Amino acid sequence: MITIALLSLPILAALFLFISRNAMAKQIALIATVAELVLAVVVAVQFEQNSAVQFLANYSWIPSLGIDFKVGMDGISLLLVLLTAFLMPFIVHVSFKKNYDKEWAFYALLLLAQAGLIGVFTSLNGFLFYFFWELVLIPVYFLAILWGGERRVAVTFKFFIYTVLGSFFMLLGFIYLYLQTPGGSFDMAALQSVQLDRETQGWIFWAFFIAFAIKMPVFPFHTWQPDMYAESPVSVTMLLSALMVKMAVYGVFRWILPVTPLAVEEWGNIVIILSVTGIIYASCIAIVQKNLRRLVAYASIAHVGLMSAGVFAFNSQGLEGAMFQMLSHGIGAVALFYVIELIYEKTGTMEIASLGGIMSKAPRLATIFLIFILSTIAMPLTNGFWGEFLLLLGVYKYSIVLGTISTLTIVLGAVYMLRMYQASMLGKTSVLTQNFEDITIPETLILSVLVVVIFWMGVQPSVFIDIAKHPIESILYPLAPTVIN
Amino acid sequence: MNALLVLSIAGLAALFSGFSHNKKLAVIVSLLALAAAFTVNVLDWNTAVRYYNDMLFVDNYAIAFTGVMALTMLLIVALFVDYKESVEVPNAEIFALLFFSLAGGVMLVSYSNLLMLFLGIEILSIPLYILAGSKRHTLTSNEAAIKYFLLGAFASAFLLFGIVLIYGVTASFHIDAIAAYIKNSNGQTPGLLVAGMFMLIAGLGFKISAAPFHFWTPDVYQGSPTIVTTFMSTVVKTAGIAAFYRLFAYAFPAITAEWIPTIAVLAALTMTVGNVTAVFQSSVKRMLAYSGIAHAGYLLIAFVSISSNPASSVLYYLIAYAVSTVCAFAVLMVIQHTTGSEEVDGFKGLSKRSPFLAFITTVAFISLAGIPPTAGFFAKFYLFSGAIKAGHLWLTIIAVLNSCIGIYYYFRVITAVYSTGSDSTPVELGTVQKAVMIITAVLAVLLGLFPEMVISLL
Repeated sequence: MITIALLSLPILAALFLFISRNAMAKQIALIATVAELVLAVVVAVQFEQNSAVQFLANYSWIPSLGIDFKVGMDGISLLLVLLTAFLMPFIVHVSFKKNYDKEWAFYALLLLAQAGLIGVFTSLNGFLFYFFWELVLIPVYFLAILWGGERRVAVTFKFFIYTVLGSFFMLLGFIYLYLQTPGGSFDMAALQSVQLDRETQGWIFWAFFIAFAIKMPVFPFHTWQPDMYAESPVSVTMLLSALMVKMAVYGVFRWILPVTPLAVEEWGNIVIILSVTGIIYASCIAIVQKNLRRLVAYASIAHVGLMSAGVFAFNSQGLEGAMFQMLSHGIGAVALFYVIELIYEKTGTMEIASLGGIMSKAPRLATIFLIFILSTIAMPLTNGFWGEFLLLLGVYKYSIVLGTISTLTIVLGAVYMLRMYQASMLGKTSVLTQNFEDITIPETLILSVLVVVIFWMGVQPSVFIDIAKHPIESILYPLAPTVIN
Repeated sequence: MNALLVLSIAGLAALFSGFSHNKKLAVIVSLLALAAAFTVNVLDWNTAVRYYNDMLFVDNYAIAFTGVMALTMLLIVALFVDYKESVEVPNAEIFALLFFSLAGGVMLVSYSNLLMLFLGIEILSIPLYILAGSKRHTLTSNEAAIKYFLLGAFASAFLLFGIVLIYGVTASFHIDAIAAYIKNSNGQTPGLLVAGMFMLIAGLGFKISAAPFHFWTPDVYQGSPTIVTTFMSTVVKTAGIAAFYRLFAYAFPAITAEWIPTIAVLAALTMTVGNVTAVFQSSVKRMLAYSGIAHAGYLLIAFVSISSNPASSVLYYLIAYAVSTVCAFAVLMVIQHTTGSEEVDGFKGLSKRSPFLAFITTVAFISLAGIPPTAGFFAKFYLFSGAIKAGHLWLTIIAVLNSCIGIYYYFRVITAVYSTGSDSTPVELGTVQKAVMIITAVLAVLLGLFPEMVISLL
């Protein structure tokens, strides 16, 4: 039941905003997302660490096609639900100072997107998964096209066409799997237990992979991403980079690995090579970026590339690393975009060249920004370290050469991130930053929450990894006996 | 069957209501008649009676499609209340013609004899030739009528020739007798019968505007008054597809090997031609005409996979298509009236001019594009599942690629709605017009969320 509550709370809040057109839309949305976080924490407290699906809710939906409205959570789902619930208040809050036209619609759409994300992470039915997967896209499309920057129309259009194209192939994959199940069912367990020969697995693998690769995005399917991150309203940029990317990685965990293990064995190396190419490529482009948001966008491609490489390495370090890095990257993306937005609010620019010397004017902001940056470049004691460490270990175990090349992500990451920090925070103040005011105490407190979590995850990674450990093991060793609730 | 009687009487009643000075009378009579026709039609559910010496067989299939057509026409007639485009023929006559055409449609979905198929097609088409030309002083409308009539007559000739050839072989017009003859021939189907069947495909392909018999469609759709175009692209398409499917499901199920490859090629060609050409249209009306061709192509996939695609997938698809198309055309009528243009650019700035219309347009086009949670999505999903089940993976992949092209041009309209336009005067909407839009948009979402209520019918 609590899963249903998690799903319906944002939907109800969104409906309330749509109908009431309340002038207090921001506050209502914030309260709703915080309430959602409380619910998610309640779930996490009740969760038992095993590989079984818990908090199950199952309703008949389209019985003649074997489609049920079946939701529930295992450890992997739970972590991502927690991530969504934790980050949404920040995503809502970052737009508080904006004076958007029709605010109620803006926040209602954000809440709908949250509901869709929770739906994706909790679906236990292939059709339902696809349904929510597409559903997330609609609020995001409208958020970007209605409240985005100057080039929003063309950019959003490209993003939309791109992602829908990918997901249609996934749909074909689902239908094919469905037809192989005895009696015809879209139930996740039934779809996952379909036995396919090596060649068929290859087809299914690519059908799913294109959908996920576009969403992540894996090189060379990334071309929609930097423009979209730069042109969208800040909340949407956060939503895309912190949460929607995770839908794709989650999809790999849920569908590609359990359904097509032989194809992962066969084609995994190509995917990992693509991912590693993406890491190097995106890192190099990030180094020469002049715009803060674009720089973080390319950094994001690099980080996701490593996650994808780790997942397809298909060993326990790679999978645990990807799981952990999904959380760190989500938090890191929200943190960086939040700070960039603060800088933008105060100076009106995101161009690195016109910034500088902020450290001397705003020590609090500069310190927090530094912590966020250290976390993204995998400094020990921060959460970024464990994620990247495990991922690199996973890739290294898969192939020493590829593992070594992937290590460049840390080196290059340090280059572009520290260069950005140096150019924007240190040195002399510019025309735009000479009257820079430091962030207020409430703002500091809000960002401190992120800082605390970054260090908590950095010091006690096992708290989080253990939640997902059992489900990950059951993906790796499907035949091993599992603890049943 | 009772629906057929009600509709025929309604046609006369609508005609005579034109003598009244009250201009609204014709609309009221028509709406009541359609509601009555729908009701008596539903009362026949699960009876399966044969009428007129087995010329008509009113089974659940016939009843379901008759119901869809009656309701679609009800919505279209309701749109007339606030319709502003100049139609130079009195409303009463238009309604009468629409009713006669619908009566032909009812015959088309319930025939059990090829003669009734031919009669149905003619009764359906002849009023349409007049309606297409009902903007008498407009050149494009005249062109539409002439083109539709000449090519329609040509197609009827094919159809008739096909029926004759089949009669020559089987000595019967009855579809069950034809099916029995084919079954008894033990795989030795005479070539003449197959030739006759292909002529039927050509004739019916023309009616549902399947490529390469589609060339009339864009010109006729664009030239006709928009409200007639709405009727043609929904009710007429429903009748044509249902008649086509009935023919293959009842008469030729035993020789699928003979016609499946042909229909598969037709399907691939139709959807590709429809979608690719639609991309290049700047007129939304013309774009919807091509999109109608494309949807006919998707529907043909149901024929190819007839073994695993039950009639309910055709029914659901047609309902989803009709609901979204009526909705899209309802918006287009308003745009045409307020901006005087039917171009995509006419939709620019609509979100500022009327958020309500912007929302309705979005729902309609999302549903046409086939994206959840709308009916258009489930329709495609259901259809494609059946096709893959029947082993037509490649055809389905072509269909999926086509759907992507579809998203491109449907979303061009949605994107235009939300981009900035030069005009910012608010749009005034009539009450009934607004009601039709709300009903169709709500249906498009509701059917998408709860498809079970339709797919369990057949």
